Amino acid sequence: MSDEAITYVTDEMRAAQGVWGESRTAPPITETDIRRWAMATHYPETPPRIYWDAEYAAATRWGGIIAPPDFNPFAWPVERPKGGSPALAGQRPDGKPLTGMNGGQTDTYGAPMRPGDVISARTRLVDWNEREGRLGHTLYVRSEIEWRNQNGELVKTRMSIGIRY
Amino acid sequence: MTVSYEQIKIGDKLPDWSRKTGFAEWNRYAAVNEEFVPFHMDDEAGRRAGNEQGAFGMGNLRYAYIVNALREWIGDDAIVREVGCQYRAINQKDDVLTVTGEVTAKKAEDGENRVYLDINVVTQTGAPTCPGHAVVAL
Repeated sequence: MSDEAITYVTDEMRAAQGVWGESRTAPPITETDIRRWAMATHYPETPPRIYWDAEYAAATRWGGIIAPPDFNPFAWPVERPKGGSPALAGQRPDGKPLTGMNGGQTDTYGAPMRPGDVISARTRLVDWNEREGRLGHTLYVRSEIEWRNQNGELVKTRMSIGIRY
Repeated sequence: MTVSYEQIKIGDKLPDWSRKTGFAEWNRYAAVNEEFVPFHMDDEAGRRAGNEQGAFGMGNLRYAYIVNALREWIGDDAIVREVGCQYRAINQKDDVLTVTGEVTAKKAEDGENRVYLDINVVTQTGAPTCPGHAVVAL
C-alpha cells in the first residue's frame, strides 16, 4: 500500500491558484435582452415594470430600466469561449475523466446592469479541498468570477463551488 | 406589497413566492440563458442522468426565483445585495416551487440599511432544495 494519499489536484491548479484568467467581454445589453430574461424567469406572470417599462423606470431611484441581478449577458456568444483546461478542475490519477456538479454559489451585487452596458468578466481559482464523500474521493474547487461594466464599476462577484468526483 | 426597514423584525417571514415549473418554464429559461442541457429538455436524457422521473429543472432558475421573491418583497427602489445557495436536491416536472425566507439580522453597514435572511426553495411537499442566504438593502 502506498503512503501517498489520493489526490485529484494537479500542478496546473497549484500554478493557477489566485491568478486572474483572461478577461472576456459580452455584447452590449439591450432592453429586449432584459425584457425577455424577466419574462422567462417570471413566466407565466407579468414581470415587474422596472425591467421593461422605461417611463415607469425613469421615476424610480435607478432613473431607467435595470436588469434583474441574475441576468446573464454572456449567453449567446457568437464566438464560443475556449473551455478551461480540465486539469484546472482536477484530474484522476488513472486519467479517467472526473464528473462535475454545481455545488452552489454566492453572488454579491454592485452597480446594476442597464441597457447599453458592456460587461467584462474574469475568473480565478481560489482554493480547494478534498475528502471522502458519498460519491467517493471528492474534490471541492472554489472559484471567483468578477464582472465589471464599461466604467470599471464592479457589477458582481460570484464565489462558486465545483464538485468533482 | 413592499416593506420598509423600520417595519422589518428579526424572525419575519418572506411572503411566499411560487411557481409550478415544467417544460414551459424550463424551455423559456433555456432560451434566455442558452442552457440547452439535454437532461433539462428531454425525459430520456433525464433518466440517463440518473433521475427516474425524467427531465428535471435548472438550479439557475430556482436562483432566479429567489431573486424575484426578494424584489417583490422589497420593491423596485431597494437593492438585492447578495444571494447565495447550495443546490442540494433537484426539482421535478410539475413541482410547485416556493421561495421561503426568514429575517436573521438587521444592520446599518457601508451606509446602507441591510436585512439578512436565510432562504430556501421548497417543493409542494415542503422538501427543501437549495438552502442559502440573502442580503437586501432598504
